[in-house]
Amino acid sequence: MRISQHPIIDFRKGKPIKFQFDNQEIKAFEGETIAAALHAAGIRVLSHSARRQRPRGFFCAIGKCSSCLMEVDGVPNVKTCMVLAREGMIVRRQQGWGKLPLKGRIKDFTRPAIPSLETDVAVIGAGPAGLSAAIYAAQMGAQVMIFDENNLPGGQLIKQTHMFFGSREHYARVRGINIGDRLLQQLAALPVTLLTNSSAIGYFHPHQLALIQENQLKRVVAQKVIVATGATENMLAFENNDLPGVYGAGAVQTLMNVYGILPGERILMVGAGNIGVIVSYQLLQAGVTVVAVVEALPTIGAYQVHASKIARMGVPILTSHTIQRALGQEKVEGAIIVRLDQKWNEIPGSEQTLNVDTICLSIGLNPSAEILAQAGAAMRYIPALGGNVALHDMNMETTVPGLYVAGDVSGIEEASSAMLEGRLAGLAAAESLFGVSEKIDTLKKAIIEGLNELREGPFGEKTRKGTAQMKEEMARL
Amino acid sequence: MSYLENGVLSLDDFPLPSPERLQQGRVAIIECVQEIPCNPCVDICPRAAITIVGNITNPPVIDFQKCNGCGLCVANCPGLAIFTVDETLSDETAEIGIPFEFRPLPEKGEIVQALDRAGQTVCTGQVVQIRNPRSYDRTPVVFISVPKAFSMIVRFFKRNV
Repeated sequence: MRISQHPIIDFRKGKPIKFQFDNQEIKAFEGETIAAALHAAGIRVLSHSARRQRPRGFFCAIGKCSSCLMEVDGVPNVKTCMVLAREGMIVRRQQGWGKLPLKGRIKDFTRPAIPSLETDVAVIGAGPAGLSAAIYAAQMGAQVMIFDENNLPGGQLIKQTHMFFGSREHYARVRGINIGDRLLQQLAALPVTLLTNSSAIGYFHPHQLALIQENQLKRVVAQKVIVATGATENMLAFENNDLPGVYGAGAVQTLMNVYGILPGERILMVGAGNIGVIVSYQLLQAGVTVVAVVEALPTIGAYQVHASKIARMGVPILTSHTIQRALGQEKVEGAIIVRLDQKWNEIPGSEQTLNVDTICLSIGLNPSAEILAQAGAAMRYIPALGGNVALHDMNMETTVPGLYVAGDVSGIEEASSAMLEGRLAGLAAAESLFGVSEKIDTLKKAIIEGLNELREGPFGEKTRKGTAQMKEEMARL
Repeated sequence: MSYLENGVLSLDDFPLPSPERLQQGRVAIIECVQEIPCNPCVDICPRAAITIVGNITNPPVIDFQKCNGCGLCVANCPGLAIFTVDETLSDETAEIGIPFEFRPLPEKGEIVQALDRAGQTVCTGQVVQIRNPRSYDRTPVVFISVPKAFSMIVRFFKRNV
């Protein structure tokens, strides 16, 4: 179940290691997460649910959905999609809630001293937006710290094997994976501290963060904070949607393009937006059969050029179709799809059973805006931007002065726009630290122009609508 | 059914070179019809044959007379939406240049199944050339020959393995 030959990615595997899973020995490679290594060994069921003992596998593979929790070295509820496999570790399938290894007495918990980290600008999230923000703030002279909860920085860029669109200034024609590398190279030459495996779990006024780094609590004291936490994949309601083998498109990309592990052999893709169609193409490149792409809307949401790439390889794209049910007991063993009428009702008799072992959901994203709400930023539900977002101005500054947003957390869009928003937030943070300068002003104007350019045309309509609503809400405050 | 429903373009959706131009040798055909923000084809063309007028979201327009069929745009289009066609190969066959990001690559001379825009096998083809320099950055261009009648039909191929 590992990819042996890939047209785009040269997988570099770490040292071979072994760990224990229930009564089985699992062979893995250093640098792989527990969940990825188990998947490569054919293990889909990671736990059973507390109430109905339903089998559970991972869904998101980026630490957001909590369906990959297992017992690791006696500690329950470990996110196995985030924690790396280590030689000799003991992993167990968790039953229900799990039990802490302590007896639950408060005195068993220690209160260690909390170290403090100080910086001018703290950036949460090292994806395209966060990295761009860190680079631009640092280039203007700010000391920057950037945190990411994952093992690897780069966010979703590290999975994107396709060439980007846009113009040269937006890294057009460069593959996402290489854009990530370029941003990290730029970052390395600047006064920026990058901390991976570091989750910002709380915001305290003014501009302090609680950070968990490798099981240690730290305090971050900053002058400005930029939140670039990205997004979470949406779930779809259908029978058996919790079966192991129902994965988000990002999870499929993580397995396939980060770890070189095949997500399955025969896949049903749900959703024909750009992500669904691009990931379908990536699956074909990895040697997986894409049985069909279903799309509930009457038309394909993806760019025609992306859809045409898989159409000419014989992948059927079925518009006005949706998934009705996943089949299987312990894992996905098939799927029933059904045609929809103009009012979104299932057409009886139009059901088709597909022989698939994996179902990939690519039905949209939802901003990961929890820390902004917790920080007290004014939030609004703006459907065109993907859900709850923090209101922000042209500087990407929220209603909490000195707290900025960039990328998908500020409204779901393409990575090209996320990078521009990141630059804007980084510049604005530097401007408020060091004062207005002509240099920053010129750069900001060019970036805003670039953003407007990317948002032109019919595919930018949704974002234009969302940003217009954002402006109205800001004016109403 | 339109491409909006199945992803398959029809020959009315984009401009084709004139029969006269086709008789002059290899030429690029751009199958990119929507307003999307993208312009690397304009930057890469050494003969300035491709232009985007106004907004970056406007579809590219190719001047078939200026195009000499060099094929740089084929490997540089992020949407893999540009192909080359050469109808001067022989009386019976035409050569089609196809961006091919799959492994293993076919061998020169290999017989393949030629597919149309919907992925249906329509005829057999033969690999005549593979271009894969470093500058193409992992998007090789595979040239296959097919019966002339399929020069505007075939847009992909499948190996017989």
